[in-house]
Amino acid sequence: MADWGMAIDVDRCDGCNACVVACRTENNVPPAGPDQAAIGRTIEWLRVERHVDGEFPNVRVRFVPVMCVHCDEAPCAAVCPVSATYETPDGLNAQIHPRCIGTRACAQACPYTVRHFNWGEPSWEAPLEQTINPDVAVRWKGIMEKCSFCVQRIRRAEDTARGEEREVADGEVQPACAQACPAQAIVFGDLDDHESAVSQLAESPRAERPMEELGTGPRVFYLKEGDWRGSVRPRSSD
Amino acid sequence: MAASDRDRAIEDSLIRPVFETSRTVWIVVGLLLAVIAFGGYQWARQLGEGMVIAGMNQPVYWGLYITNYVFFIGISHAGTLISAILRLTQADWRRPITRAAEAITVFALLMGSSNVLWHLGRPELIYVPLLYPQPLSPLIWDVVCISLYLMGSITYLYLPLIPDLAILRDRSPRLRWFYRAAALGWEGTPEQHAWLEKLIGIMAVAIIPIAVSVHTVVSWVFAMNLIPMWHSAIFGPYFVVGAIFSGIAALLIAMAILRKTFRLEAYFRPIHFNNLGLLMLTMACLWFYFTFAEHMTVWYGNEPDEMAVLNSRLTGPFSTVFWSMVACCFVIPLGILSFRRLRTIAGTVVASCFVVVGMWLERYIIVISSASYPRSEAMWDAGRYTPSLVEIGLTGAQFAAFALLYIVFAKLFPLVSIWEIKEAGEQDVKAVTDVLDAQRTEEA
Repeated sequence: MADWGMAIDVDRCDGCNACVVACRTENNVPPAGPDQAAIGRTIEWLRVERHVDGEFPNVRVRFVPVMCVHCDEAPCAAVCPVSATYETPDGLNAQIHPRCIGTRACAQACPYTVRHFNWGEPSWEAPLEQTINPDVAVRWKGIMEKCSFCVQRIRRAEDTARGEEREVADGEVQPACAQACPAQAIVFGDLDDHESAVSQLAESPRAERPMEELGTGPRVFYLKEGDWRGSVRPRSSD
Repeated sequence: MAASDRDRAIEDSLIRPVFETSRTVWIVVGLLLAVIAFGGYQWARQLGEGMVIAGMNQPVYWGLYITNYVFFIGISHAGTLISAILRLTQADWRRPITRAAEAITVFALLMGSSNVLWHLGRPELIYVPLLYPQPLSPLIWDVVCISLYLMGSITYLYLPLIPDLAILRDRSPRLRWFYRAAALGWEGTPEQHAWLEKLIGIMAVAIIPIAVSVHTVVSWVFAMNLIPMWHSAIFGPYFVVGAIFSGIAALLIAMAILRKTFRLEAYFRPIHFNNLGLLMLTMACLWFYFTFAEHMTVWYGNEPDEMAVLNSRLTGPFSTVFWSMVACCFVIPLGILSFRRLRTIAGTVVASCFVVVGMWLERYIIVISSASYPRSEAMWDAGRYTPSLVEIGLTGAQFAAFALLYIVFAKLFPLVSIWEIKEAGEQDVKAVTDVLDAQRTEEA
């Protein structure tokens, strides 16, 4: 069984937000609209944060794509009273939408703030409703949702490989964000396979995991040159 | 005055409020119903449109509903815990106040837990945690402890009511079938008395650990998360102390209102306000000690994520609320309750009003300020959360429903335990009957 994980080279990211658009389209993430977005109701499974290092004139800006890091010891899964979120054996942090009752305890427990609540009934303005992906269920009001590592793509690749009686090859599964990234900053694959591209990157001395000190065991590795003084933790000073 | 006359006088004065309803009470009931109807209308809107019309956002996923939930469950510690402790320590002055206190517990618990209904994104699935619980979730611990506490405190309210129900069965002009069934064939035989005392004794002991567990577990809903200024080992005892503190304040306010409305001056006497005032003063000092210890360790530790929350309280967007809380919960009550001269009925009630407001503000700060400053700095809300009309409407409705339940209770049962007053020491009864005589002369 695979052990899915991701590596993101933030030195390659130029903040173009193609990944954000791709994620939204692939996963039927509903647009909040400008009014709701202004009061913190945006649903973004993937967001690009801008981190500023240093003070003027020695300033360095980095763009950091942030999504659910699919923790090994997920705080969200522990607090859910109905097991609507749980850890799968292949390392995903899965969300069961029909089971969610909307306590929002998971969102409040997540140190990365990457879980999103459907404050109202999701809607798409015409003709955007025609872009809805039939492979992914549209969610409804009152429940949580978040990055799934494009689980629909993983399962399809696994089915195909099983049909052809072989293993899933490295690079065969690409989440929408990785596929859309023009700088190829996002790499996805099996962390158990030491030959895989993602394992090679994860073992690089440039790699760090966000808020690793909390013991959550994130499965997303960020790669960058080491001027962040020992922490990949988002810290802006602007 | 002969003993039987005296008993009769006590019975009359305590049963009268059950059957006589003044115009004022009806007007108050009307106003309360209006406030509840407004809250109900807001709730219906939220059910239709979703949480989108509430003020919560990302990252403040928990707002006023959770604040009220913690606040009311805190208030619920007024009754059962206070009355159980006073019963076990055989404090004789408790006799007139235990029932009023125990009723607060039951109604506050109902109000507190009802917040789950409007907090949930999908309230129609509220039964799912009962069928498919995930036992590691602190929310499930809450469900278990609060259900147990609710059942326990209803039993604890009901048991000492039985002899009074028998009096009502014999004397009530209405609802006799109800009182007959509820009195369970009470005849007041020594054997029945022995049984009742034994059961009340057992419940008084059993209810204390349950009450402590309830507010500990409520605090763990926060403290079990790796969230700055929630993840604190002190939270369990801190919440229990705050709960008893706000509970005493609620009891004092209720006693002052009932005293005037139902002419219970003979029973809720200045000594009760003085004694409860002293108890509240002790809790104010304890509350300050816990609050100081909690914030001091965070400040000295100087961990950046925790400091963001602390600074928001001390100097940032939550500073007004924070310092108002310190004034309401500590400075003002200390200034009033420390002096015997000010520990009058009026004095303790003023202090109690500040304490209730202050404790609500404390719940608000704990929930909202930590939620506003998550570890992920890009997602800081920084005090943008403002409660919406729905949340305010439902908050008002809860306070109104609490008052209404109390009035209904007062119209069904005597608010002071008749048999326990009769049973009190000679001196205590003399004090009561003297005041009753004075009242009667006044009326004549």
